Amino acid sequence: MTVIAIAFYLLALVTLASGLMVITAKNPVHSVLYLILAFFSSAGLFILLGAEFLAMLLVVVYVGAVAVLFLFVVMMLDVDFVKLRQGFANYLPIGLVVGLVLMGELVAISIAVATKGAAAGNQPLVATAAEPNIKMIGHALYSTYIYLFEAAGFVLLVAMVGAIVLTLRTRPNVKRQDIFSQVTRRRKDAVEIVPVKTGEGISE
Amino acid sequence: MTIDLVHYLTVSAILFTIGVLGIFLNRRNIIIILMSLELILLSTNINFVAFSSYLHNVQGQIMAMFVLTVAAAEAAVGLAILVTFFRNRGDIAVDDASMMKG
Repeated sequence: MTVIAIAFYLLALVTLASGLMVITAKNPVHSVLYLILAFFSSAGLFILLGAEFLAMLLVVVYVGAVAVLFLFVVMMLDVDFVKLRQGFANYLPIGLVVGLVLMGELVAISIAVATKGAAAGNQPLVATAAEPNIKMIGHALYSTYIYLFEAAGFVLLVAMVGAIVLTLRTRPNVKRQDIFSQVTRRRKDAVEIVPVKTGEGISE
Repeated sequence: MTIDLVHYLTVSAILFTIGVLGIFLNRRNIIIILMSLELILLSTNINFVAFSSYLHNVQGQIMAMFVLTVAAAEAAVGLAILVTFFRNRGDIAVDDASMMKG
């Protein structure tokens, strides 16, 4: 039990510390790297909770795709990030006040729900060999939530099309392959047979 | 000392607060704002999974998966808008983004 407690405190501490570094780091590249660390350690928290599939999904989707996307954009944009940090200290007092109030409220609700709610006194769900986590998720996802699953696929499709439409641009001076004109080209458009008299050649 | 539901909920609450604070502090830098939104959605996911585990009900994990999907789509579209904005303006300062209104 103490091993789980030590693992929890370690992972939670790393998650929160790297979350704090995400919003305070001077260099946005460092922010992205701390974001990756935060996602990775919360994947560890998910494993402690018995949600192995979601932990792996978090590592694959966030660390593998979203964080790398952020990294690409941060490195691609040539922006003066020092200028963007102006006003950081201006909003610190009001931010801290609002943050502390918000955190106090959320923690109070959490304590109330955890001690008096439906989950009070429960132990975390431990997957067995007969009913592993992935099997439970698959049963629910492909029966009860099949339409939501399809809708999630459409959300991803729309996001993909939207991102392509937003970032696609046609540059004026770039030669591109025009397949239609290639395929519709006929022999008479390109080749002309000229009868040449011997000894005279052809003029223009 | 046993780890209880309240521990996970507290971690999630603090992470949510960090995300909101990030939006407050980095008002001009939209990249950090998008990362703060990812932190907020991550805290939501921790909440979902913690309740799913302690209520012995797998529905919370399904919902966390959908949140993950929407977060990934939101990050992709947000960054695409950011790249287009940077291409038009040469800058990503969001306080004078009023040119985007029609």
